[in-house]
Amino acid sequence: MKSVAVIGASLAGLYAARALRSQGFDGRLVIVGDECHGPYDRPPLSKDFLTGATADQGQLALADAEEIAELDAEWLLGTRATGLDTGGRTVLLDGGRSLTTDGLVIATGATPRLLPGPAPAGAHTLRTLDDAQALRAELASGPVRVVVIGGGFIGAEVASSCAALGHDVTVVEAAPLPLVPQLGDTMAGICSALHADHGVTLLTGAGVARLHSGGTENRVTGVELADGRLLPAEVVVIGIGVRPHTAWLADSGLPLDDGVLCDAGCATPLPAVVAVGDVARVNGTRAEHWTNATEQAAVAARNLLAGSTVATHRSLPYFWSDQYGVRIQFAGRRLPTDTPRLVEGSPDDRSFLACYERDGRTTAVLALNRPRPFMRLRRELARATQPAGT
Amino acid sequence: MIPVCPLADLPTGESVRIDTAPPIAVFHADGQLYAIDDTCTHQDASLSDGWLEGCLVECPLHAASFDLRTGAATCLPARRAVRTHPVTVDNGMIYVHHAAEEGNAA
Ligand SMILES: Cc1cc2nc3c(=O)[nH]c(=O)nc-3n(C[C@H](O)[C@H](O)[C@H](O)COP(=O)(O)OP(=O)(O)OC[C@H]3O[C@@H](n4cnc5c(N)ncnc54)[C@H](O)[C@@H]3O)c2cc1C
Ligand code: FES
Repeated sequence: MKSVAVIGASLAGLYAARALRSQGFDGRLVIVGDECHGPYDRPPLSKDFLTGATADQGQLALADAEEIAELDAEWLLGTRATGLDTGGRTVLLDGGRSLTTDGLVIATGATPRLLPGPAPAGAHTLRTLDDAQALRAELASGPVRVVVIGGGFIGAEVASSCAALGHDVTVVEAAPLPLVPQLGDTMAGICSALHADHGVTLLTGAGVARLHSGGTENRVTGVELADGRLLPAEVVVIGIGVRPHTAWLADSGLPLDDGVLCDAGCATPLPAVVAVGDVARVNGTRAEHWTNATEQAAVAARNLLAGSTVATHRSLPYFWSDQYGVRIQFAGRRLPTDTPRLVEGSPDDRSFLACYERDGRTTAVLALNRPRPFMRLRRELARATQPAGT
Repeated sequence: MIPVCPLADLPTGESVRIDTAPPIAVFHADGQLYAIDDTCTHQDASLSDGWLEGCLVECPLHAASFDLRTGAATCLPARRAVRTHPVTVDNGMIYVHHAAEEGNAA
């Protein structure tokens, strides 16, 4: 393989490029990204970057100058891939250019879901560094009323950061309880209670009808709920999930269904085309977590260079979230029917370790502010669920 | 020189964090004591909560790994080393010699 193009210059794309080089690929490597920034880390955007604790954008960089030089790649930043020809080898770029390569890594991630209609000034989503800078700038000019639409991890982290900055925060969640799909009822209830601990109002079972706006700038003035209630707001953050960035692949012949469909080795049905990170539906599952993106990249690179699926990605899913000074960590594969059992600590103290169980077996583990025992259990779980020999 | 704890209270495989500024983590690995800065150079996890394996400690948040002997980051996502600090035992008591205090900061 003489040349590889990586489309998407973020976490999964950078890790794939690293993996290709560390696995011996010494051909032409082109990395295309539509943001004008080099690869940076997203998790701090809703946490320390928003509060200003990580003020410097340089601290977000995923690679330093030395490593960028070592990678020896051609970077096409500020460049969007707009299509892929059916042969799977020519990537069309905006501005009428194109790129022909032997191998292709799709790492285009995901983009926030939006409310219907145009967003007025003061309504934000949070995915990119530019998004975070815009939101941070608005929050800097004194206390305001912030309504966060969506109580998932991003919404909860934004609410926590806004509360820490002294704003008046309300979280609106359409479901009866946020985080249930990830954590199940009991544990979702405990995590959602963090909002009230810190003076943040959580409205559940509350659908959003529309945003109100006005004035010469057409700024947001409030959020109207489906039941007619109006929540006045100067700033609104919409955190209602993401959809994978696959529009540019619509005519490529690649199978798409809420992500790029791939086998357990991140390989698509097209030869020499792999997909990694938030955009990839690997063996039926799409994940939106940091560790998943980094791990898949190494597997995908290996299979791309081997020309077939010689390795698969099946490590234990893991994610963390930081809210209100509490570190939440979760690892494993839980089914809605699995029962959580408290192993140590106490939910009242917002510091505990819980195992999800099915037929007496542990399937997943959740910790609030218990990093050490969590890590032990996570490792045990990883060993127990890993088939022998891998 | 900062007293840590009696050696008897830190069995092999265990670690303890001392609340200096910045905090320091002391490890008892395979019969050897090591002290490093406690905060992972990647983000803000406490390395004393990490997984100890031989002379390496794995960060509990994103699994970066550090060599206790040199402080070097041996795997991503961390890229910068943590500082190491000399450790001694006197009369059964563990002491850390803060690298900055001793004037030999890395
Ligand atoms: C605010 C925030 C907080 C988070 N916090 C956590 C956390 O605490 N824990 C956790 O586990 N995970 C967290 N995540 C999730 C984690 O950041 C993602 O899983 C990870 O970024 C996925 O990496 P990726 O490279 O697949 O996708 P992305 O990071 O989305 O990168 C995709 C890149 O491709 C670019 N792109 C898209 N389409 C094109 C195109 N057609 N042409 C060229 N470029 C294109 C995009 O602009 C982007 O730069 C968080 C995410 C966000 C946004
Ligand atoms: S904080 Fe240690 S690896 Fe990220």
